[in-house]
Amino acid sequence: MKPFEYRSPADAAAAVRSVAGNPAAVFLGGGTNLVDHLKLGVAAPDLVVHVADLLPAGIEELDGGTLRIGAGVRNSDLAADRRVRERFPVLSQALLSGASGQLRNMATTGGNPLQRTRCVYFQDVTTPCNKRQPGSGCSAVGGWTRHHAVLGASEHCLAVHPSDMAVAMAALDARVRVLGPDGERTIPFTGLHRLPAGTPERDTVLEHGDLITAIDLPPLPLARRSAYRKVRDRASYAFALVSVAAAVEVRDGVITDARVAFGGVAHVPWRAHRAERVLRGAPATEETYRAAADAELADARPADGPDGGNAFKIPLLRRTLAATLRGLVREDAR
Amino acid sequence: MTFIDRPVAIGLDLPRRDGAAKVRGTAVYAYETPVENPAYAHPVQATVARGRVTALDTAAAEVLDGVLAVLTPATAERLASTEDRELAALQDDGVAFRGQVVALVVADSSETARHAAALVRVTYAQEPHDSELRADRDDLYAPERVNPDFPTDTVEGDVAAATAVAAVVVEQTYTTATYHNNPLEPHATTAHWEPADGRLTLWDSTQGVHPARTAVASVFGLDEAKVRVVCPYVGGGFGSKGTPHVNVVLAAMAARAVPGRPVRLALTRQQMFSLAGYRTPTVQRCLLAAERDGRLTALAVDVVEQTSRIKEFAEQTGVPARMMYAVANRRTTHRLAALDVPVPSWMRAPGECPGMFGPEVAMDELAERLGLDPVELRIRNEPVTDPQTGKPFSSRNLVGCLREGAARFGWSGRDPRPGVRRDGDWLVGTGVAASTYPVHRMSKSTAVIRREGDRYVAEIGAADLGTGTWTTLAQIAADALGVPVERVEVRIGDTDHPMATVAGGSSGMSTWGSAVVEAARAFRTRYGAEPPERAEASGSVPPADDRWAMHAFGAQFAEARVHLDTGEIRVPRLLGVFAVGRIVNPRTARSQLVGGMTMGLSMALHEHSVLDPRTGHVVNHDLADYHIAANADVAEVEAHWLDEHDPHVNAMGTKGIGEIGIVGTAAAVSNAVWHACGARVRDLPVTLDKVLPALEDPPGR
Repeated sequence: MKPFEYRSPADAAAAVRSVAGNPAAVFLGGGTNLVDHLKLGVAAPDLVVHVADLLPAGIEELDGGTLRIGAGVRNSDLAADRRVRERFPVLSQALLSGASGQLRNMATTGGNPLQRTRCVYFQDVTTPCNKRQPGSGCSAVGGWTRHHAVLGASEHCLAVHPSDMAVAMAALDARVRVLGPDGERTIPFTGLHRLPAGTPERDTVLEHGDLITAIDLPPLPLARRSAYRKVRDRASYAFALVSVAAAVEVRDGVITDARVAFGGVAHVPWRAHRAERVLRGAPATEETYRAAADAELADARPADGPDGGNAFKIPLLRRTLAATLRGLVREDAR
Repeated sequence: MTFIDRPVAIGLDLPRRDGAAKVRGTAVYAYETPVENPAYAHPVQATVARGRVTALDTAAAEVLDGVLAVLTPATAERLASTEDRELAALQDDGVAFRGQVVALVVADSSETARHAAALVRVTYAQEPHDSELRADRDDLYAPERVNPDFPTDTVEGDVAAATAVAAVVVEQTYTTATYHNNPLEPHATTAHWEPADGRLTLWDSTQGVHPARTAVASVFGLDEAKVRVVCPYVGGGFGSKGTPHVNVVLAAMAARAVPGRPVRLALTRQQMFSLAGYRTPTVQRCLLAAERDGRLTALAVDVVEQTSRIKEFAEQTGVPARMMYAVANRRTTHRLAALDVPVPSWMRAPGECPGMFGPEVAMDELAERLGLDPVELRIRNEPVTDPQTGKPFSSRNLVGCLREGAARFGWSGRDPRPGVRRDGDWLVGTGVAASTYPVHRMSKSTAVIRREGDRYVAEIGAADLGTGTWTTLAQIAADALGVPVERVEVRIGDTDHPMATVAGGSSGMSTWGSAVVEAARAFRTRYGAEPPERAEASGSVPPADDRWAMHAFGAQFAEARVHLDTGEIRVPRLLGVFAVGRIVNPRTARSQLVGGMTMGLSMALHEHSVLDPRTGHVVNHDLADYHIAANADVAEVEAHWLDEHDPHVNAMGTKGIGEIGIVGTAAAVSNAVWHACGARVRDLPVTLDKVLPALEDPPGR
């Protein structure tokens, strides 16, 4: 790896100043993704600024019931938190379905949503990749696309966002607190990530030097009945082929409210607003679940490839959404 | 050869002698061998699949602090032999596959070497490459022989005529994927040239110190006496460390380029996907013709697979079908495509492992067509003598394995219909397949037995890949000498010991054990029961008894579950029963068989090296994307064996257990998946996208 300078500043503001002042600087959180990139040459920073230990590592309950999760909270601690498990089981389940115990002990709440795609072409510096090297081309187009997007992709990038936690956050109307060179601001979690369009090198709307300091979870009573269903190629320790984060409220056999997000199918954790609109006010039946999936997947576009492509993700996601909703409704009936 | 009739130490359930050192981390592996002031080497790899290097700009690498040397075809030493083109590192500017080594950086640290390697600028004259295996290629050719030395094609009787009049015919194409061995310990070497006398020492992770020495001595034009290879422990090889790959040559070249300094070279996981061998993908056209009662009348297996353009390796995929079942009309063929791809090589049970997928799924399909139980179908086709050679079997207990396995698994009363068993949200099914592996014994290996104090020492250049050799050879020596096993010390893994063959072909115990028994006999004959201190005798492998067809057999049973909604596949239960001769140590034996079956499960459900034909390289070249079964995928795996006495195979009565465990597993799993959900998956791996179309939508509940 390329030699780099390493700094461990005293506070978040100093860390932001360090990175903002150097275009070749990066933040280091838990290091579960960046360290790989340093070895592979995917990232070659001049300056690495360690922030995992100086960010808030606690979960506090604000007036009004919002849970404020410090960006330094490790994934395993967040998954185990009693309030999270009771109020937002979808989030706990999503976290526990990701990576391995060792990685979850390292990965942070702030770093997790900022991890980069695991697209094999992005991670291999010998193959063209618009995300890694803008304008070089997208090797996934016509390449191995089993793990690539069917929603919201562009001809410039077929990558998917790899995080499970982020899918749950997208469903839960979470908000992201960001410290930048010009101070603090808050953005909706669903506005954090962006579709690739013509600039896939930008994963998120954050500017260089912006640091996530916390993620807020506003109260969401229906999330007490929520679930994360991850479908993957082996029983554990694999990224999602598709995943569903869902919460539903059912009264007298009718879905009164719902939150749905998809993982493994887009450049962003995909909040399924169209599916939610179909679900709200509809009877809790197989037909409804499938109509919701169909509404969301109407614009889905599979990619082909030497391994048969990823067209299977569309029926798989449809079936997985139905199974997840069915399970929640069953749970609700108990 | 005299059979050991009354084993005492053989058969004991002894813990591994090296186990505690491995658990404590004190067992020293090749890369961590303590040496003075080591340097580190990192290869630069071609980014085109075919062509020529026209320019190598090493300036940026060479000025880097800590860089000691950059070897290129222009600066690297000339090797004495370039006959093996896989090992002819840096001898010319040709590129025969993507990932081939085009330069090598040597530096003070591994990080610096890696960074410098990234700074070497390579310019290519790229030529169109062809890396895609298809069965309909027009350039397929018949190799002269298939690995290691089998006829390429066999024909007996008239397959077409028998098929034309058969009651039932199954004819399908089955494919296995490309697989990479992926041992946990990467291919790693510490190399040191003695400045004074030009002796080369290699601490190398290898399945055979002597074969490695022979290959390296030949490449460098050295007298074998000037080369020492040391390898006490191996963190897995699975065939990929059976012959030296280019990394070993590079390590030695690098060490000679920085005189006086030992050099360490460990391949990265990604580099192992192009430089350390792999199993060819196979396309198997299988035909089975049978009478109504299930008796086979014709069998054909026509195999298409790949090799590299620079070195041929012809996997013997069609070979097991030649002797498996009694069938008068048989044809097996192998055709190869020579592609712009890395060099394929041995991977656990070459031939038998892929070659028992197609035919054993075809047997299941035949059973389905006949309405016959698949266990019974196999029993009905049991031959009296080896169909291929006509020789009697030294022992053949396939039927015993099938019956014992069926009883243990709870097979009887099985409803043959697919897709009718539910457990919650899961469809449940069971499947069976047969296993086989030949009994190999290498013709050469020598052991020495010596008395040292109150102990007997057995020395032989054998290898322990984690298989248990340190322990099991002591058990054999103890019985051959007639002493308690505690009084025997074994010394292996060093060319300073007598010559031993590779740990390959499941031949280790049968070969090295035979040499140890001969040495012990010679020792007792010469010195009797009271040998003097330092008394010593050697013995070598006796000639094999070629009157017999010698094979191990097994039966594997699998339970598969397919999720009604998602098609996710789980295998909660695998059960194998094997007839593998005498078991030297039930603990290490069970570990090998369970390990083989687990690897077979991994092959069935997960493993698949995805080659992108546009670039010619495997794109999922790390363990995040090349899936092997994780703990959660491996539930109950049981291995049992029959109490088999075969006095013909060798003095110990052992048949070799390193590879049979992976043979047939994938077929058993695929057959179980069919039984669970009705999807017949003929292309490995069996993944959810291949069963989804067979599942009801919405699932009936």
